Amino acid sequence: MAKRPPHHDPFNVRTVVAIGIGTAIIFILKRWVSIPTGFPNTNIDTSYGVLGFLSVLYGPIAGFLIGLFGHALNDFTQYGTPWWTWVLTTGLIGGSIGLFWRWFDIESGRFGLKKIISFNLIQLLTNGIGWALLAPTLDILVYSEPANKVYVQGVISAISNTVSTGVIGTILLIAYAASRTQSGSLKREE
Amino acid sequence: MTEQLFGYDDQDTWLHHLGGATKLLAFLGLSLIAMASYDTRFIAAIVVLSLFLFKQAHIAWRQVRLVVKVIVTFSLLNLVTVYLFAPEYGVQLYGSRHLLFGQGYFTLTQEQLFYEANLALKYIVTVPLALIFLITTNPSEFAASLNKLHLSYRVSYAVALALRYIPDIQTAYHQISLAQQARGWELSAKAKLSARFKGALQILLPLIFSSLARIDTISQAMELRRFGRNPRRSWYRDHPFAKADWLTLGGVAVIIGIGLWLFHQNGGRFYNPF
Repeated sequence: MAKRPPHHDPFNVRTVVAIGIGTAIIFILKRWVSIPTGFPNTNIDTSYGVLGFLSVLYGPIAGFLIGLFGHALNDFTQYGTPWWTWVLTTGLIGGSIGLFWRWFDIESGRFGLKKIISFNLIQLLTNGIGWALLAPTLDILVYSEPANKVYVQGVISAISNTVSTGVIGTILLIAYAASRTQSGSLKREE
Repeated sequence: MTEQLFGYDDQDTWLHHLGGATKLLAFLGLSLIAMASYDTRFIAAIVVLSLFLFKQAHIAWRQVRLVVKVIVTFSLLNLVTVYLFAPEYGVQLYGSRHLLFGQGYFTLTQEQLFYEANLALKYIVTVPLALIFLITTNPSEFAASLNKLHLSYRVSYAVALALRYIPDIQTAYHQISLAQQARGWELSAKAKLSARFKGALQILLPLIFSSLARIDTISQAMELRRFGRNPRRSWYRDHPFAKADWLTLGGVAVIIGIGLWLFHQNGGRFYNPF
């Protein structure tokens, strides 16, 4: 590659393509790849792990739009109505994790223990706030659903999406970092 | 595969001739007002209207059979869950109590039945509209229409890319899945949870990394063609606004107006017959 696109610009051509392909990936994963946990009606949605990974890679705008479009498109084609409150929450989670992309600087090829722990703290917080607080509260305000039902649903989603992001997101990030050439890895021969 | 997912069916009805932007705005407008309103009469009227439009679009039952079944199952499951969690929620919302039967925790009141009927209507109200949208809108025209709504053309183009690459990524997913099964990974329900988890990873890793390579290839090709240099771009499938588009949008605006007026009349979002 002669010239790498400036990977700190949050909305360059590569971001546009990443949003498109990312949306397609999330859509396919939501449709086909979920892992049953053994509890009835509770699946681990692998798309959240991939969303966290793509957000760290391509930044907050990409994270937000990939989550928003991927979830909306899936709801729209599967249920006929996007469940707007949850769609928005997915977008916000992608966007929030993406905010830290410069700090993670995954292109540098370094993703050590410190970054692994920070990534998981960040995703634990965003998933927790998003699913256990934001999404159910919006459900009550917008859809007037009973509080105890939506909070139970929210807590279950918070746990399963945190597991998905923690396990799949972390594995993908480590694998990606290992595939990059570390900056400063070459030394002039004495 | 895309045909099954989006099911765009090129026919010659007035709904097919409407612009994608018009249909998108109409869908968003109606789905937002139907989401906000809890006026049974209003939502029922929209259901009737959307079923009428559905008839107009010449959609065959077999085209939508599967998705309708999924939606009905999902809605029933949700209605039952709402009842299990809060059998007296209707009483709380409507402020009166007409007991039909039952005692203790699981009672059945007229208010609860009415509330759940409202929920059921709200779950299904936009389904015919969504199906009309999916079956009568050309995906390429849809992306062009987003730009017409003054959404940045970069974002519109991203949506176009997503619709373009969903079939490709789905094919890649199936190929990888079959290849891993041929190597002996058991992915079906017969396998243990840990085995299925590893199996899913064995599919995800190649799928994601081949997609990242795809992102690099496509963005380099677009950069070579100077994507993003100019503030505007033209679209192959552009659709100028016609009289029918303005009439449709006018009709939707009137419906939203009625919905808002009903908020005022009912003194809130709920219509209370009790």
